[in-house]
Amino acid sequence: MTSVAPHDPHEVASRHDPVYDELHASPEFAELRRRYRAFVFPATIGFLAWYLLYVVLSNWGGEFMNHKVLGNINVALIFGLLQFVTTFGLAWLYSRYSTARLDPLARELDERFIALAGKSSHGRTQH
Amino acid sequence: MDHQVLTAGLFLSVVALTLFITIKASRSSSGTDDFYAGGRSFSPIQNGLAIGGDYMSAASFLGISGAIALAGYDGFLYSIGFLVAWLVALLLVAEMLRNSGRFTMADQLAYRMKQRPVRTAAATSTVTVSIFYLLAQMVGAGSLVVLLLGIDKTNTLAVSAVIAGVGALMIVYVTVGGMKGTTWVQIVKAVLLMIGSAVIVVLVLAKFDFNLSELLGAAQSNSGKTGFLEPGLKYGIDTLHKLDFLSLGIALVLGTAGLPHILVRFYTVPTSRDARKSVLWAIGLIGVFYLFTLVLGFGAAALLNTGAGSDVATSDGNLASPLLAEAVGGGAGSTGGAILLAVISAVAFATILAVVAGLTLTSSTSVAHDIYNSVIRKGKATEAEEIRVTRFAAAGLGVIAILLAIPARNLNIAFLVGLAFAVAASANLPAIVYNMFWRRFNTRGATWSIYGGLVSCITLVFFSPVVSGKTGLNADGDVISKALFPLGVDFHLFPLENPGLISIPLGFFFGWLGTVTSKEPEAEERFTELEVRALTGAGAEQATVH
Repeated sequence: MTSVAPHDPHEVASRHDPVYDELHASPEFAELRRRYRAFVFPATIGFLAWYLLYVVLSNWGGEFMNHKVLGNINVALIFGLLQFVTTFGLAWLYSRYSTARLDPLARELDERFIALAGKSSHGRTQH
Repeated sequence: MDHQVLTAGLFLSVVALTLFITIKASRSSSGTDDFYAGGRSFSPIQNGLAIGGDYMSAASFLGISGAIALAGYDGFLYSIGFLVAWLVALLLVAEMLRNSGRFTMADQLAYRMKQRPVRTAAATSTVTVSIFYLLAQMVGAGSLVVLLLGIDKTNTLAVSAVIAGVGALMIVYVTVGGMKGTTWVQIVKAVLLMIGSAVIVVLVLAKFDFNLSELLGAAQSNSGKTGFLEPGLKYGIDTLHKLDFLSLGIALVLGTAGLPHILVRFYTVPTSRDARKSVLWAIGLIGVFYLFTLVLGFGAAALLNTGAGSDVATSDGNLASPLLAEAVGGGAGSTGGAILLAVISAVAFATILAVVAGLTLTSSTSVAHDIYNSVIRKGKATEAEEIRVTRFAAAGLGVIAILLAIPARNLNIAFLVGLAFAVAASANLPAIVYNMFWRRFNTRGATWSIYGGLVSCITLVFFSPVVSGKTGLNADGDVISKALFPLGVDFHLFPLENPGLISIPLGFFFGWLGTVTSKEPEAEERFTELEVRALTGAGAEQATVH
């Protein structure tokens, strides 16, 4: 690593605005982050596991996947189509959740940022 | 009417329409916010369509239906992986990237790290992913024109001329229209593609009285392959093929959120909420389209000759959709068939042009913004200079893509895009995810994960059967090379065709290793700011007002 002055803006990111620390310490931000993670972490693990199950069964679940359900429509096809259904469903759920539970908090914090940053020496950062 | 005249006319119309859009868009562009991010003023629906237009590439339209036509159920994995992958982008990446970046993928890393090393690394992987992706599009354009103009496939000069023509057009779109022009081209293409494929889907289903089971049964019997409707026809032969399937599956689902040309689309809307809404639109649009590909693929298997030596088989499936259009229009030689063939080919051509424009813009922006301005000029370049460099870079990348596409012209497009996804998932996704969720992550971690993922991925591809050693049969039943190198050259050491299974974990591993072996208090301190900004949008880039 080269030794450069820590405040050269093009070597080290250095436009730190103390307003961000203030927001970060607020209970509203902690709550926003908690709510965000409480949804996306389990959801991500869930849909990845569900998808991997599909891939693994396609590979090693011959008997089960080849079972014909209706005419020529077999379990494998239904399983594949279910991946579409769960993708649409999870996207819709996240949209509802974020609109109701995340956006109001995020907006409030953004407004507080504008009010505070207006008073701070840095102002609204432009890089 | 002579179908070649009709086809040529439609192709020229597509070119004229897209050029018109590009020139019109260039009139309202000024400065880098406009040129790189379309002024950040597109609506969620517009951006959702543009994302669809950017994402549903020749790989989706020509490649997937071809893969299903030849490999049956196994080809369907592409549709599913390409769609489910959008959840990664929706849940973990889109909104936070919109809030913390400006023009390129690197912005988001550079927010809290040492500018020069991370920008150099991110620009390198951006260009690499884009070139793999570009190759696939140009191969698609080449095989389309070969089919339509009845050129002999072995006529390298003619095919090369077509590829060069597409390259020249993409340079024009990007240098003239910037992000606004590119976005409008993608929106128009998305609409054309959805309508065009919906028409073919309805015509195919009508042939089977809208009975899916009957269509599948016909596909099974016409293909002449046992187990055509079951998983494993292509990838179930032995454990090695099964691992290849797993590897491809993982690369597809983790690749999307690391594709630079998709990531930059999130910058073109006013807020992170609009970025989220545009992803929702895109998921709806893309999901419906991939359901179409299922019908197109099995329809091609049911209605076309896909045996060894057929046009479908020798193009590695790339021509399945256009030939299917001809078949449902009335068959070869009929007027209806000729019209549908020409229309669908023109739609495919528009598809290719729109994706190529997005890729070129993204990679040349990264060269100008990350390398030229930040690394070489240390942030002192003016906006006009930066845009000028972008234009030169677009021309340079166009030439490189043309030169690489010519030897790659016989590979399946979906497969080539699968490789681009593997690079994106190995080199870009680990850095993006670590950066957003791991305070301790730092410059060394970011550069090691990008270079580590990139180098391991490229090395594995180079020593895979795709580059040397893979063989197949041509129309006369002779053994020919299905790899980049000609028959007889075989230095493959790594057995899998898709490297994702190994290279994606390596990308994550190197990111972790680089981070824990170095300390960078500034990066950890600035994580506070990044986190607040990413989640709340406080201080995020604003839309330009005209």
